[in-house]
Formats: sequence, C-alpha cells, structure tokens
Amino acid sequence: MDFDLNEEQSLLQDSIRRTLTDRYGFEARRGFIAGETGWSREMWAQYAELGLLGLPFSEEDGGFGGGAEEMLILAEQMGRSITLEPWFSTLVLGGGFLRHGADARLRGELVPGIASGETLLAFAQQERQSRYDLHDVQTTAKRDGSGWAITGRKGMVLHGDTADHFVVTARTGGGQRDRQGVGVFLVPKSEASSVKGFRQVDGSRAAEVAFENARASHCLSEDGMDLVDRVVDEAIAALAAEAVGAMDVVHAMTLDYMKTRTQFGRPIGTFQALQHKAADMLVAIEQSRSMAYFAAMASRGENAEERRRDMHAVKVQVGRASRLVGQHSIQLHGGIAMTMEYAAGHYFKRLTVNEATFGDTDHHLRALSDAGGLVQAA
Amino acid sequence: MELKFTDAEKAFRQEVRDFLAAELPESTRQHMIAGKSPTKDMVVEWQRKLNARGWAAPEWPKDHGGPGWTPAQKYIFREELQMWPAPSPLGFNINMCGPVIIEFGTEEQKKRFLPRMLNLDDWWCQGFSEPGAGSDLAGLKTKAVREGDGWVINGQKTWTTLAQHADWIFVLARTNPEAKKQEGISFFLVDMKTPGISVRPIITIEGGHEVNEVWFDDVKVPAENLVGEENKGWDCAKFLLGNERFGQARVGASRERIRRLKTIAKETLDNGRPLIEDPEFRRQVTEMEVELKALEMTVMRVIANETKRAGTGKPDPTTSVLKIKGTEIQQGVSELLMKAAGPYAWVDGDPEMEGSNEWEVAPDWAFGLAGIYFNWRKQSIYGGSNEIQRNIMAKAFLGL
Repeated sequence: MDFDLNEEQSLLQDSIRRTLTDRYGFEARRGFIAGETGWSREMWAQYAELGLLGLPFSEEDGGFGGGAEEMLILAEQMGRSITLEPWFSTLVLGGGFLRHGADARLRGELVPGIASGETLLAFAQQERQSRYDLHDVQTTAKRDGSGWAITGRKGMVLHGDTADHFVVTARTGGGQRDRQGVGVFLVPKSEASSVKGFRQVDGSRAAEVAFENARASHCLSEDGMDLVDRVVDEAIAALAAEAVGAMDVVHAMTLDYMKTRTQFGRPIGTFQALQHKAADMLVAIEQSRSMAYFAAMASRGENAEERRRDMHAVKVQVGRASRLVGQHSIQLHGGIAMTMEYAAGHYFKRLTVNEATFGDTDHHLRALSDAGGLVQAA
Repeated sequence: MELKFTDAEKAFRQEVRDFLAAELPESTRQHMIAGKSPTKDMVVEWQRKLNARGWAAPEWPKDHGGPGWTPAQKYIFREELQMWPAPSPLGFNINMCGPVIIEFGTEEQKKRFLPRMLNLDDWWCQGFSEPGAGSDLAGLKTKAVREGDGWVINGQKTWTTLAQHADWIFVLARTNPEAKKQEGISFFLVDMKTPGISVRPIITIEGGHEVNEVWFDDVKVPAENLVGEENKGWDCAKFLLGNERFGQARVGASRERIRRLKTIAKETLDNGRPLIEDPEFRRQVTEMEVELKALEMTVMRVIANETKRAGTGKPDPTTSVLKIKGTEIQQGVSELLMKAAGPYAWVDGDPEMEGSNEWEVAPDWAFGLAGIYFNWRKQSIYGGSNEIQRNIMAKAFLGL
C-alpha cells in the first residue's frame, strides 16, 4: 500500500493540472459550453497530445498502460476544472468496454483512433423505465444474418451527440428486467435513426438516441451484464475521484470567500457556526478521498459480488459528501453563489449530477443493505 | 501510488493472527467480545507478551524499542488486535507519554522510563483536565513551584482515566502564572506513590469506575522529572493530543462490534421476523459500515503521513477527521447494539464488573448494552471534544 505518487504519476498529475489551470478557467469553460459542440475540440486534441486519451489502454493496443491509480489521477484533475470533454464516456465507459469486452483485433482497430483524439464513444443504456437498473432493458437485439439488428430508444446518453460509436445494451433474450439476456453491442453512429443532442444541467452534453434495425458492427457480449457491471464499477471509481477534485476546489473557493467577505464588521469566516460547517466539509472531503482510493483498489476486484458491494459503499459515501459539500458551499457563500456568473454553483451542479450517475445514494444504500453490507456477521 | 496490499503485507496480517491465536488467553478474548473493558491483569499480561515479541510499541522508532514497521504494517497490526479482539498496547504508555519522552525527553529519562513503559512495569495515567480546564485546557490552574532543586505541585486533576491502576502520572502544571496561558505550562512525570497524591473515584452514568479525581497537596517532584523545557509543556501537550486522536479511530474495534451487531440482529425477532430483515434497521447498520470503510482508508493515510511528517512537528489536520468520524461511528454502533437488544438492554450491569448476569435475567449478548451506550457518549467529549476538533481544523488548517 503506497499513497505517494511515483515520479511518472507526479508528472502525469502536474501536466494535466498545468494544462487545465492555464486553459480551463471559468471564463474559458463558459466559452466551451456556448461553443458548437458544447465542449472544446482544441482541449481534446491537447489531452491527446499529453497522452491522456491512451492512458487506460495497454501498450499492445496502442495505449499507455495506465492502471486504476493513473485513472484516479486523471479523473480527479478533470473534476478540479469540471471539464466538459468526453473523457468519461470515451475513456472510462467506452474504453472500459473495449478493454474488458473486445478482442485484440477490435481493440487494435479502435484504440489508436481514441488515443489520437479522433474517435469518440458513448454508452447508451438508459431507458425511460429503467431508472438506475442497468439490466432493465427493452431495446432488442435480433439476429440478422451474421450480425445483429438493434431496435429501441436510449436516453440521457452522455456525449451521444458527438459519439462515433455507441456501446448499446439490448435484449438478446429473457424478460425486460432479467439479468440474463442483456447483450452489449457496438453500433456506429451512422446506424442510429435519430440523435437528438441537448445540454444537461451540469453543462455536459447528452443525447436521446433511437435505433431502428440498426446494424451492430460488433457484439461484445450476447449475455453481458457481468461485463456491464465491471465497466460501471470502474466508472464509479472514476466518478468518485472526479467528485473529490470538484469538492476540493469548491471548498477552497468557499474558504477564500469566508476570509474576504465581511459582515458585522468582520470576515464571516470568524463566525464559529460557519467555521464548523467548513470543517464538516473538510471531514466529508477527506473521507471521500479515502473512499476514492478504496474505489480504485476495489474496482480491480475479481470477485464480482464483493466488488459490487464495495462500489455501492463508494457511491453512498461520496454521494453524501458531494451533496453536503455542494450545499454547504452555496450556503456559506450566500446569494453570490446563486448566480450563473459565479463558479461555485457550477461545481454544485456537477456534483449533483455526479452523485446520481449510475445510481444515487439511496439506490446504492438500499442495494448494499440488501446485499448484506460490508461486514459479515460472526 | 499503489493502492493494494502487497503479498508481504498479507503475510504479515497472517503472522499477527497466528500470534493472537497462540498467545492471547481465550478468557480475555471472550471477556472483550462481551463488550467489557479488559481488566488490569489482562492488559498487563498481554502487554508483556507483546513486548517479548518486540511488538509493544508499533509506532515507536526502532532504536527505542519499536518494531520498525511500515505504515501499512502498523495499520494492520492495530486492526487485527481490535478485530480479534485483544487489548491494544496501553495507550497512556505507548501512544501518549512514551512518544513525548522520545520527542522531548532527556537521554536519562528515555533510559529510565521507556523500557518500563514497554513492559508495563509502570502503568501511566494522564493528568491534564481540571474542573476549570476542559476544552480550554490551557486554562489549567494546577501549580508547580520551584523548591530547592525540585518542584512542588498543588492542584486538582479530573477525568483521570484508570488512575486507580497507575504507578505514574504525567502532569501539566503552571510554572509561570505571569505568562500568556499557553506559555507558562510545564510537563512533569510524577510517581503516584509520592506523599500528597490522593485518588478519588468518579462513577460515570452507567455505574462504572474508569475515571478519577487526582489531588496534589504539596507533592514534591525531583527536577529531573521535568520533560522538555520549563514553560514549554504546551508543545508536549499538543504533540500528545495529536497522537491521542490517532488512537481514537478504533476501526478494527468498530468492525468487530458491527459483526456482533449483525449476529445479534439475525437472532433477535422484531415483528416476528429476524431484525436484520427490517430494511430500515439494516440501512442504519449499512450507513455505519460505509463510513467505517472510508475511515479505514483515512487511518492508513494518516499513518503513512505520520511517518513522512516525523520530526516536522506539524499537526496533521486529518487526525481531527479520525477523532470526529471514529467517535461518531463508535457511538452510532453502540446505539444500534442497544436498539437491537430491545428491553433486555436495560439490565443495569456494570461493564467494569465481571459476569454479573448469573441470574440470567437477560440473554448474555444483551447484557449491559445500554451501559455501553451511555458510557460511550464520552467519546465525542474526551480528547478534545468534537466541536473543539472543528475549531482546530478551522484555525490550523482552513485558515479561518
């Protein structure tokens, strides 16, 4: 167990941080949101140049062979600047499906394009009825000659409007809520019958995507819930690290404000009622940082049941902390943080969406509790 | 950064378990599983076994008798002891006074006191709090006045835990009444057999005798028993309190209690069904487990940091996180245990006294659980109350 960054990890952290500090200020970010794609192609190219887009892939596949620790570093830094680019959908989700579900040939086909910044992926799983249940799937996959034809509608597809390929969950068998019979397919953008892009409350882009007898280019798994779980568990680890980065920054912003804003003739940071709220934020953040480390460790677990329980715990702890830190940061600022012109609210919004991505706190608390919790009875 | 236990660390965990299985008397283990504090004899016997193995002081530097462990080993060792459960190395000796002597003491003091601390030849207790100096510890009034080449101490200490067992007490006393309050305090080592010291028990709400008043009436202390410089005792106190908080996380102990809680909740019926099947109750347990999991990692981070910060004298703000979260979890679990026992928690058993459930008026597992709940309310008060911890964080770390 070693919590210190080694030399390469320090370099990685520094290079991302420096780039984002220089080029991803609050005003720049607002500009990206207002731009054509809702995020910055230029920054994406910059990430590619830094090697970030090949980070999670093995060297044989054309990547840089980063592990859970390196992805934690990346996600935390992305969280610090609440970046809008599709690193989560392309690298963590799409990349995760390629690493765990694609054969060497397919990886060889797609990874170089991802690493160079040309190819974008999105994970299309959400349906109107499914809420946070990934196995609740109505979209169908039917055999069509040697391939598969996908029909159905997927919502809230993160970065679905710019993706070149969709990773789609679709039923190959079983009933709507069965764990069995959920296939995982790769479908090129050109096969979607409609893609309606929109902005989410946190500034990121998403799309409603319809498939009508869309031809899948690859079947990653005909019965793939284990694959989905593995990828989503890694995604939860990345979300946790991203949340820690965002919480850190909004906390620092709040502290700065508490030191400069005066009322009743003194800085508001001198009032104990406010100090204790700020201290509670620190407690929540430190516990979340610990949980993000734990998540990176646990996401590698080979025992799927245990790994699922661990990731439920991560979502519960980080989710609660995100809400507390987000809400306190607004409250401690007062009215100023309610304005669109001030950064704190944007961090709050990102943390709110992060909390409920792949299941909110209540969802995971119930799931963990039903699964027997973390500690076994004697 | 490498976030996993290495094979060597896993092997070490097994080594600790093997040692516990071979060396800890089963009677001590059963006594502790029942939720009772280990007796003096149990603690002494165990501390000596640890010392014989070279494990008496996990965090001490090697040249003073520490085992020279990595941060992960220190963590694993404490966790395994608490989960077994076994008594931890005696905190007053190993985590409070010992480190102060190592950091601030003279060579003479080190030679004289440290080996006896390790072997628990001397049981130490802590003379800090006073009736008028609780959270505002630096407001203490106990006085030490120079007389000849020694000192004379007068005053009263309170909340002195296990003073009834103690051979020695480390005392904060005012040596300069003129100076600013933190700057006129010194740190003394005092033999409890010195004439003029009297110990009076304080019985806490659950009926136990853990804490005491200790009175000093013209107590003569030789000059060589001053630790560090005169009027610099506050530095020792701050250093000590930081170490104390680290011991308050008690992750392994909480895990052991949750394990017990779940066992009880399986056997207890509520509305005709096992209590553990009640989703509301189960969720409350799960919430504790989640926070505990995060705390486990926080403890590891603090220990790792501790090693890096050694000698820099800078406090780690995360130790306050350990205090706050560790005590919240322990209190939360004690409350759930009492809840699980229902009415049978109410038998007025004294957790300090052994086996008073002879009449079997309650199931053994339920016996005394309300007492533990009441007793554990102390945790968010002692060692710097949880509100004081927030003040410390706001001031020392958040810059407010």
